Amino acid sequence: MRATLRPIFFSLACLLLLSACSKRPESSVDGVVRIGMAAPLTGPQSDIGLDIQRGIQLGVDDVNASGLVIGGKPVKFELLSEDDEANSTKATTVAQKLVDSGVVAVVGHFNSGSSIPASRIYADAGIPQVSPGTTAPRYTQQGYATTFRLVANDDQQGPAMAAFAVNTLKAKRVAVIDDSTAYGQGLAAAFAARAKAAGVEIVAQEHTTDKDTDFTAILTNIKSKNPQYVFFGGIYSQGAPMAKQMKALGLDAPLLGGDGIQTPKFIEVAGSAGEGTYASIPGLPKDRMPGGRAFLEKFQARFHRPVELFAPMGYDAVFVIADAMKRANSTQPARFLPELKKTRIQGVTGPIEFDEHGDLKNGPITINVVKDGKWVAEETVIPPAATAQP
Amino acid sequence: METLIQQIINGLVLGSVYALVALGYTMVYGILGLINFAHGEVVMVGALVALATVKALAALGLPAAVQLPIGLAVAMIACMALGAAIERIAYRPLRNAPRLAPLITAIGVSIVIQYTVVLISGRSYHAYPELLSTRSFDLYGARISPAQIAVILISTAAMAVLLWIVHRTRLGRAMRATAENPEVARLMGVNVDRVISLTFVIGSAMAAVAGVLVSINYSVAHYQMGFVLGLKAFTAAVLGGIGNLAGAMVGGLLLGLIEALGAGYIGDLTGGVFGSNYRDVFAFLVLVLVLIFRPSGLLGERVAERA
Repeated sequence: MRATLRPIFFSLACLLLLSACSKRPESSVDGVVRIGMAAPLTGPQSDIGLDIQRGIQLGVDDVNASGLVIGGKPVKFELLSEDDEANSTKATTVAQKLVDSGVVAVVGHFNSGSSIPASRIYADAGIPQVSPGTTAPRYTQQGYATTFRLVANDDQQGPAMAAFAVNTLKAKRVAVIDDSTAYGQGLAAAFAARAKAAGVEIVAQEHTTDKDTDFTAILTNIKSKNPQYVFFGGIYSQGAPMAKQMKALGLDAPLLGGDGIQTPKFIEVAGSAGEGTYASIPGLPKDRMPGGRAFLEKFQARFHRPVELFAPMGYDAVFVIADAMKRANSTQPARFLPELKKTRIQGVTGPIEFDEHGDLKNGPITINVVKDGKWVAEETVIPPAATAQP
Repeated sequence: METLIQQIINGLVLGSVYALVALGYTMVYGILGLINFAHGEVVMVGALVALATVKALAALGLPAAVQLPIGLAVAMIACMALGAAIERIAYRPLRNAPRLAPLITAIGVSIVIQYTVVLISGRSYHAYPELLSTRSFDLYGARISPAQIAVILISTAAMAVLLWIVHRTRLGRAMRATAENPEVARLMGVNVDRVISLTFVIGSAMAAVAGVLVSINYSVAHYQMGFVLGLKAFTAAVLGGIGNLAGAMVGGLLLGLIEALGAGYIGDLTGGVFGSNYRDVFAFLVLVLVLIFRPSGLLGERVAERA
């Protein structure tokens, strides 16, 4: 019984496979090329996701209006949007759906927790993925050739803050604290290494955990070493009580940190003790982008609303893809993927070039400061290359 | 010198809170021989109930001087009810069960409370309003904030009240009798169930006070804050001799001082070989040493019953 059924199952499976193949549209045939996008379009982060979607839509419209010609034939982009709900399971589902719909490139996702699991699906299909906002270093360090991003990653924040402390704040004596997590330790170590190389004296290197709320002992010790600034690698849940305890102990050195403390919640918890705290966040403030003003006006005219945050990166991502296709003279992912790595264009967010991992070279990082109970952009730092001495 | 004074103040503040929470562990252990691992969650509930009350009062426009005492009172009442409910629902049915059963139940209760709180108020950190002035006082070059003074004063007062209850009232005598021998106490006319229930209620009131003090001092509250605090307080209770009220206080203060001085000086004393990340190692090392030389803690187990 079983022996007689097996060939039938086999042929059924073959048929299914064949039909699956034939369903996959050969999108370049009629001059329409499908570009996928995925971001949280519903839920608490939908403001960010919809903003990215509008930026990408504007990019697609502009590319189409420019009359893209590839391989002698006019090409039009068609955008397929998917909602990943900022959920890693949903992200893999929509990634598979995009791959099955025959997209040649994907702009997305936004959250690290979505971009990383989805990246395996795009890598298996050989489809390039350009993320407008994912900052987790691991996203581009998984060994896939298909992962790219248009923002600086978390590893570049420590050196950027160190450069700011040395050049702008003229810091000479700094104390460093980390929260013993991968993020916090990495940030603090990168900051300390860069600062030390620039001649800053690291007067104390202390550690706490991401569950502690009492830092008085280490802060008292730090106070006795008399630093000008205290750098904290960690998130706001420790950073904010730390700022308060510093003030209470009479340790009058401003706190420096990464994007983990750059949240409104930090100000809410720290209160007046948070004033003057500096924190880095990847990306440029939108009004300081090279193509910023023109882009903001175009965006406003088209959608009747201002840019939230990552729309310019989404817009640039479409042009990065179109540019690679032009140079490869093909809309086949296998053909234009190698050209994507050699990208060198001027986007609205600034000059775009990728390193060997697909990370943005010289990705700008903005230093924000708490002024009158608000995070305000203070200065933009291009993190120095890892090998160069500042 | 001012650094040393400052570290001693830091240690006393931390230690007062540990002592207050440790009392809850030690009271229950003294009477039932049970480690109530859900005690840390009662601290957390106290902090969040007080926060909700204070926010409601602030919305009514009442001044901070009124918000704090009312918030504290509401938190104490809520926690007393919670403590009584935990004892009635989770521990009383298991009173004659093998010792492992109530221990596992305690962990279960702790998880249930934590995630009930998550359902109600979410996982994020809640900012605590500044109910006390943040202007610090100068003490021989060291700084002490009004919140820290409140922690030391209120916890000392709460411990004094507890000692008075246990040693000077009928209820206290009944508690000591039950701790010594529940069967004989019952024969002497002590309502053992009621005494045990009241022990939980009093311990939970202490926990509420501790929760409010911790949150005011650090200006945050969240659903996991009871876990580490409970663990440290339990360590303090064991350090002083579990079941022993004076031991819990001594153990709490000592643990606070060890942590502050350890974290503050270990890096400099070892030339940077050990950093402040070894703070907890240091604290637990002292615990191990004490237990090697005095297996029943610094002040011995359950001296109250022999007194």
